[in-house]
Amino acid sequence: MAIETAIIQEKIEQKFANKVSNFGMQKDVFSFEVTSDSIREVILFLKEEEDTNFHFLTDLCGVHYPDNMIDQQFCVVYHLHNWIENTRIRIKTYLNGAQPEIASISDIFLSSNWMERETYDFYGINFMGHPQLKRILNMDEMVSFPMRKEFPMEDNGRTDKDDRFFGRTANC
Amino acid sequence: MSTKTNMVAPPEGVVGEGFFATKLNDVVGLARANSLWPLPFATSCCGIEFMATMASHYDLARFGSERVSFSPRQADMLMVMGTISKKMAPILRQVYEQMSEPRWVIAVGACASSGGVFDTYSVLQGIDKVIPVDVYVPGCPPRPEQIVDGVMRLQELVKTESTRRRNSPEYIELLASYNL
Repeated sequence: MAIETAIIQEKIEQKFANKVSNFGMQKDVFSFEVTSDSIREVILFLKEEEDTNFHFLTDLCGVHYPDNMIDQQFCVVYHLHNWIENTRIRIKTYLNGAQPEIASISDIFLSSNWMERETYDFYGINFMGHPQLKRILNMDEMVSFPMRKEFPMEDNGRTDKDDRFFGRTANC
Repeated sequence: MSTKTNMVAPPEGVVGEGFFATKLNDVVGLARANSLWPLPFATSCCGIEFMATMASHYDLARFGSERVSFSPRQADMLMVMGTISKKMAPILRQVYEQMSEPRWVIAVGACASSGGVFDTYSVLQGIDKVIPVDVYVPGCPPRPEQIVDGVMRLQELVKTESTRRRNSPEYIELLASYNL
């Protein structure tokens, strides 16, 4: 039933010749990369084109790659699903590490509203055009974006976990 | 007539024919300690243990906590059971502020006492970072016996607490240190 990946690739490449790249199966899901400035057009095309009809946004999330080149330090990953043909697709787009910005798709998929807020909350990725881009899970007073690798996962306010009491210091 | 009712022993005092003299402090402490109305603030698995604690097998009502108050204004004992995230900390504070004096707090379980295994950016590392705590119950989660033990230890504190303590400069200073 599933749509042939070759057909999807052909359609996308035909329409967005130099904006898309790296087609291939990754962990059983057909994936490709898009330049960040054309993400809206590509998703809208995949949603509205009759042959692809990816009408459901399964997931939207961020990834941080601090060791990459400055232009590829953040990644936003979109998972789309065509329920009728039971076909999934994964779209990746890389963003600048100093100023991660991408156009919001919250008017194309209403469900992305909260997902984009979550991605902003944890990675500080700015979704331009989002109607209400503020923190959703963490407390409003938080200043860090905790899933970025430069921020420590552990709470430094913890007082009962002093390394000295666990024999972890060098001269103990 | 035989009865199985257990009565609380009277406080120390002078007994004579037709009178009994004791300290007001002791009487008030006795009354308070044996009618602690709990306010359960249950967010996770410790709350499940608390349900067992309140139910017939362990029956916290035996210790005078029959009436679980779901209004902070009528509660004496705030029982915080479970992980408190930083986002929830202001709500916990608000609940504590709404309780009228005298009020006591029990931190039930590792998470409420110290953050437990959740040593992470989103979890409050112990509720004593935002409100003063009287009794800590260890365990992850503690068994109902331990929770009952915590309540009984709090009863001991309540029994011996001076009726003037809540007006003392030390207590006001304690609250001030929490900005309350």
